[in-house]
Amino acid sequence: MAEPIIRFEKVNKWYGDNFHVLRDIDLSVEPGERIVICGPSGSGKSTLIRCINRLEEHQEGRITVDGTEMTDDVKAIDKVRKQVGMVFQQFNLFPHLTVLENLTLAPMWVGKMPKKDAEENAMKQLERVKIAVQAKKYPLQLSGGQQQRVAIARALCLKPKIMLFDEPTSALDPEMIKEVLDVMIELAGQGITMLCVTHEMGFAKAVANRVIFMDQGQIVEENNPHDFFDHPKSERTKDFLSKILGH
Amino acid sequence: MAAVFQPIAPRPAPIRTTGFVAWVRRNLFGDWKSTVTTAIIALVAIVYLPRILDWAVFHAVFGANLAACNEARGTGACWGVISEKHRFIIFGRYPYDQQWRPELATALMMALLVASCMRRFWHWWLAPLWIVVMAVYFLLMRGGALGLSYVATDNWGGLPLTIMLATLGILFAFPIAIVVALGRRSNMPAIRSLCIVYVELIRGVPLISVLFMASFLFPLFVPVGMSPDVLLRVLIGITLFAAAYLAETIRGGLQAVPKGQIEAAATLGLSYWQTQRKIVLPQALAIVVPSIVNSFIGIFKDTSLVTIVSLYELTGAMSLALNSDADWRPFKIEAYLFITLIYFAFCFAMSRYSLWVEKQVSASKNR
Repeated sequence: MAEPIIRFEKVNKWYGDNFHVLRDIDLSVEPGERIVICGPSGSGKSTLIRCINRLEEHQEGRITVDGTEMTDDVKAIDKVRKQVGMVFQQFNLFPHLTVLENLTLAPMWVGKMPKKDAEENAMKQLERVKIAVQAKKYPLQLSGGQQQRVAIARALCLKPKIMLFDEPTSALDPEMIKEVLDVMIELAGQGITMLCVTHEMGFAKAVANRVIFMDQGQIVEENNPHDFFDHPKSERTKDFLSKILGH
Repeated sequence: MAAVFQPIAPRPAPIRTTGFVAWVRRNLFGDWKSTVTTAIIALVAIVYLPRILDWAVFHAVFGANLAACNEARGTGACWGVISEKHRFIIFGRYPYDQQWRPELATALMMALLVASCMRRFWHWWLAPLWIVVMAVYFLLMRGGALGLSYVATDNWGGLPLTIMLATLGILFAFPIAIVVALGRRSNMPAIRSLCIVYVELIRGVPLISVLFMASFLFPLFVPVGMSPDVLLRVLIGITLFAAAYLAETIRGGLQAVPKGQIEAAATLGLSYWQTQRKIVLPQALAIVVPSIVNSFIGIFKDTSLVTIVSLYELTGAMSLALNSDADWRPFKIEAYLFITLIYFAFCFAMSRYSLWVEKQVSASKNR
């Protein structure tokens, strides 16, 4: 069995003194695995993936990403962030830069890539998400779905081993969700490790190796999508699924 | 009976919507409230405008004729005071026959300042050019080399001094303000506290006391002869004062940049300084352009306070010019109106430039 690319060991995290947001999280992710994390709001699923690139700090336990343990060590954090791309619910594109500049910024300033190469690479990624014609526009001139596809392309420019998606379709109009999911499905076919917080159960069924259900800071249940949806083990999972699949 | 098509010839709209008459109708007599306001303003203008014009134009004395001025006192303005005293008002105590030097030096600096405001001149060589021009500026002003006679800094004055203090004050205060604004949001408690103390201390003191301390208190604590030039001390005072206010303005902009922007930059691996320079500051500064220019205008006018430490910038030079001459002293109002016009021209230019910058910024964001 391959060495896990991400490993959580008894991870605990609190917001302030009393809000215990992650409780004894144990999780191993194999390279190339595609994991969907779902659960009610406040269950800690976003916090969980944000701990992987240390947008959030954990207080207890160990998190190891691609052989590097996440600590206060800035060098370790930088090293991991180069391997991990992230896509946010609110896109978080840089509104004062064009689409192309959004994509070339990190390769040029972090990766020290010459401008010409960075632009070539950026155009390649934009074609991949089918939005190359918009390269010279500013993010706010694009629709939500287009912006999110640009955000995915931006994360891909650094050639990450791991992609984190934090509710990538939750801020989108219903008719734009599909164009983003199509890009993510295409990505899933290329062997990149993906962790995706989402309520798109169709997406989970189509691409996930594993579905994780969280509630109150704990992993309640994890299984392959087939068994997860058809034979959920816990009552809590059944209750949740009945609510989101019920209509 | 079949309907016959009757073409209707086009005719103009019954009420004109463009042109002067339409503009007047829409803006001055749009409804009863604006009609009443227009009437009141017109009435006030009819009563006072002739009086003002009488004083400022019809009964005014334009030549530097003291007898005529004294005769017209109370009924007409004496603009002659300006033709008589303009050299002193504009150049202060700078030696009369050397006044081409501040003129040339200030013209050079203004030219570079205006060029620096234009996009087409934004190149890397602008920074070294500033250093060269400032060196030339001080060489011209101070003299003592290249056959130029030496002029001590306390003899510099008038408009050149106002422009120089404001320009350098702004130029030095701006980077300090950015660092302090970032420092107030730092994770490091020592740096954060230091910045807070600095801002609160300076903000708690009027500029006039800062200048006073810079000029009179500071020399008491350094050995005799070691104290830097009074002009330099005053410039430092203005810079530190302006930087504290600017820092708060900029901090307002920093707070308006969403946290998601910083997180996105972090996930891309950008360092703290890269994030601030490339992501946070461009957006933060764009948001607060109007307030920043507001501060700049404030600094420009605040330079008039340096009179307290015997540096005679525009306002001070004007007072000095008239107070030292009993004959012309009664015509101070005219002289005040003259420098008001100068201050207004500069401040209005800054305000128009601010509008242009705002337009550029919003253009890059939305279009």
